Amino acid sequence: MSSPETSPYKGTEAADHGPARHNEWPLWEIFIRGQHGLSHRHVGSLHAPDAEMAIKNARDVYTRRNEGVSIWAVEADNIAASSPEEKGSLYEPSNAKVYRHPTFFDIPDEVGAM
Amino acid sequence: MTDPLFEYLCRMGDNTLVLSHRVSEWCGVAPVLEEDIALANTALDLIGQTQLWLGLAGEIEGKGRDADTLAFRRDVWDFRNVLLAEQPNGDFGQTMMRQYLFDAWHLLQLKALKGSSNAQISAIAEKAVKEVTYHVERSGDTVIGLGDGTEESHQRMQKALDRLWPYVGELFVSDAVDQALSAKGIAPEPTSLREEYDTAVDAVLAEATLTRPDSDFAHQGGKTGVRHTEHLGHMLTEMQWLQRAYPDATW
Repeated sequence: MSSPETSPYKGTEAADHGPARHNEWPLWEIFIRGQHGLSHRHVGSLHAPDAEMAIKNARDVYTRRNEGVSIWAVEADNIAASSPEEKGSLYEPSNAKVYRHPTFFDIPDEVGAM
Repeated sequence: MTDPLFEYLCRMGDNTLVLSHRVSEWCGVAPVLEEDIALANTALDLIGQTQLWLGLAGEIEGKGRDADTLAFRRDVWDFRNVLLAEQPNGDFGQTMMRQYLFDAWHLLQLKALKGSSNAQISAIAEKAVKEVTYHVERSGDTVIGLGDGTEESHQRMQKALDRLWPYVGELFVSDAVDQALSAKGIAPEPTSLREEYDTAVDAVLAEATLTRPDSDFAHQGGKTGVRHTEHLGHMLTEMQWLQRAYPDATW
């Protein structure tokens, strides 16, 4: 029941690959923590009938080469995503605010590389 | 009689080799991508275990045969896998039922072998038991999901169980090889695993709303090599084709 069709996130449009297949398993987004102390990172998505199988499938699809110590699976429907149309108001205002970067301090040589 | 230890290691290695090859037949054609990868992972785990079991068998035999020689240069009558492992894949449901019935036994077997008086066997079991713990979780969940699924999937799983159940009994038959090894504390008596197996399998079948067949009739002849089913020969012609056509070919 896996297919190349993407399911739409709430409030956004899916890439246009045609309609999702009938009875398709829900789409899950998979996050994996590579090592203790690091944060979970998005690695991709997969289809699964329920949360338990999503974890199992993630184990088989995304941790075959010893990539992880922890898996999060989130049903894609439950992710709130920003909309591409809003990028002007969301991101452009920060373009002009160089003072938000900490590049105006003189760092003493003794500190070394930061 | 050949050395019981060699015989026993061939049984362990041939079980994983033959089942691994069967599972690998799904590669690229499984019903969904996620299952395809999961099946390939299982097949690879089993091949890894095969290398250890047959490698040790060759060492014990001491005639210069390594795991590859044992896998590719023996014919049907020298194979010692249980008949269950060589049964054809059928549909996806039948494959998963075969996997579960085998995995449930495999896990108990390996747990017992962890306590083997033979340090090499115990080390192999220690490594394999982690892989097989996952196998049985996955195949058990799938049996439950499909058994307690739609009318169609339920009916297919019941058919698979009815078809495969007569091959379960052989896993627990004890013979001279088993007795020789269990006397030395190397391996468990197969019969001693039955009760725990039945408890585990019954629980999964109940959740899967499937009915275990009444009859405990058991086809036998795989682990002794006396009478394999016709399916193994066909499988080996494919699996061993290259080495048969071009002996000692390497690349």
